[in-house]
Amino acid sequence: MTALTDDTLPVTARAMRDEMIVFVFMALALAAVPFTGIYPFFVMQALCFALLACAFNLLIGYGGLLSFGHAMFLGTAGYCSAHALKVWALPPELGILAGVAAAVVLSIVTGYISIRRQGIYFSMITLALSQLLYFIYLQAPFTHGEDGIQGIPQGHLFGIVDLSKSTVLYYVVLVGFLAGFLLIYRIINSPFGEVLKSIRENEQRAISLGYRTDQYKLLAFILSGTLAGFAGSLKVFVAQNASLTDVHWSMSGEVVLMTLVGGLGTIFGPVVGAFVIIAMQQYLASYGQWVTVIQGAIFVICVLTFRRGVVGEIAHYLRRSL
Amino acid sequence: MQALYAQLLVGLINGSFYALLSLGLAVIFGMLNIINFAHGALYMMGAFVAYFLLNNDYLSIGYWPALIIAPIVVGIFGMILERTMLQWLTGLDHLYGLLLTFGLALIIQGVFQNYFGSSGLPYAIPDQLKGGMNLGFMFLPVYRGWVVVFSLVVCLATWFLIEKTQLGAYLRAATENPTLVRAFGINVPRMITLTYGLGVGLAALAGVLSAPINQVRPLMGADLIIVVFAVVVIGGMGSIMGSIITGFALGVIEGLTKYFYPEASNTVVFVLMVLVLLVKPTGLTGRAA
Repeated sequence: MTALTDDTLPVTARAMRDEMIVFVFMALALAAVPFTGIYPFFVMQALCFALLACAFNLLIGYGGLLSFGHAMFLGTAGYCSAHALKVWALPPELGILAGVAAAVVLSIVTGYISIRRQGIYFSMITLALSQLLYFIYLQAPFTHGEDGIQGIPQGHLFGIVDLSKSTVLYYVVLVGFLAGFLLIYRIINSPFGEVLKSIRENEQRAISLGYRTDQYKLLAFILSGTLAGFAGSLKVFVAQNASLTDVHWSMSGEVVLMTLVGGLGTIFGPVVGAFVIIAMQQYLASYGQWVTVIQGAIFVICVLTFRRGVVGEIAHYLRRSL
Repeated sequence: MQALYAQLLVGLINGSFYALLSLGLAVIFGMLNIINFAHGALYMMGAFVAYFLLNNDYLSIGYWPALIIAPIVVGIFGMILERTMLQWLTGLDHLYGLLLTFGLALIIQGVFQNYFGSSGLPYAIPDQLKGGMNLGFMFLPVYRGWVVVFSLVVCLATWFLIEKTQLGAYLRAATENPTLVRAFGINVPRMITLTYGLGVGLAALAGVLSAPINQVRPLMGADLIIVVFAVVVIGGMGSIMGSIITGFALGVIEGLTKYFYPEASNTVVFVLMVLVLLVKPTGLTGRAA
């Protein structure tokens, strides 16, 4: 069995330096968006999905666990934030907290259940659990079924920052994304991250070295679910609604696609992948169902010929870690 | 009581689809080490081929020949997929098989949605199976009874083929040790292709059977396949008989839930999956992964 990713390059000071340079460029480019003609709503949306894909990548790229139900964290946190903001009229910071807290609880429960099986069984269990939640949200009164929660007030963050101004909201979302991204970067470069990689490479060996791999996998699952939930809470402020599309399993598939296109197990891959897929959906929207066909074709092409993804191929070509 | 029996019957019918689909998944998983995410899409194709055969002006082939033709057509399509794509994943992490077949499912469903929209197309029950029987305690529509009996027969025949015949013995041996079986002069790659065709054919057969009951829709397999995955997790895919029994049993449990507590009928299989995982992570008939 070959490894999922191709990062044979050791973590060196040079690699860290390369990654930080790229990070600074990314942060500067994103910060400049409101000064260009690019539609900020599109970038904000892409940033939320990029964070979701990065959180997902933490699990598959570094832990070797393919979750096919990550939409459940996005959707759950979204619904909880939306409910807290609209019905309980909480301020934005507490609304986000409510969504993230819900994602933590959900990821503890679902993680405990799903890491009992490995490989494709793990994927199928996460998929089934997210479908279970989909049906619950379809019937639960607080989600308003097919209508979703609409017209969510954006409010003032910490009582001062007015989120209804689109540029202000953009920078808040950007800061949220960058903070989440750096946290993930920190996690994968920590001793915990190294153990996670060793589990991905060879779980039996990690066990024989004395690591309780189940605990590491569960913690990775919780961290990933929490960050995915954070992305869901941010997305509520951007879209001003929470709906069933965010919990449907096709959303989980899109997250997988984003990460696969960008590069599984690369640090910047999920970000690039999210932007590619969201841009594609934006510009191909008029082709209706052909978008699904194109997405499917990208899946097939990536798996057959292009397994490293965009960033993975570039990193491999440059012999750098990205 | 009438309603209870009716729900039990619906449960048995759904159970036969679960059994046929999880059986095909088990056969494919055994030989190719791939969880065939495209299984639901191929099930849908089976129903559409039957629909197309009937409604094409030149063909107008009815239900009975479709029951044979559709699985063969879809089976051949599956074998082409195996030869052109799935084959190249041998030796890779099996997550790639899941991703590739997921992509294939998106393509197939998307193409059908483009041409047929998302609404359902009707498919008439064949004349010979119209009407119903009064069993004394309930009224049994003949077609529904036929679906249950016929799929049970197909399931048992597949079980017999794999567990009791020479061909099945080769197949099981090739699953255990392909290199050794190859050394005996058996064409293992061809066997893998045929196995995929067989598994896909079973899915298409389920599609034809379901066409007169459920409407023929492009997404008819998409939501079903997730339930079937839950069935597979519960059953554990350790044995062929295990998938058949789990499939039927879960259909019946779902039917009973629909009678006693309809709100939970969509979720009961997933809830059961959680309970089974907590008690016995390998599934009811499963071997350790």
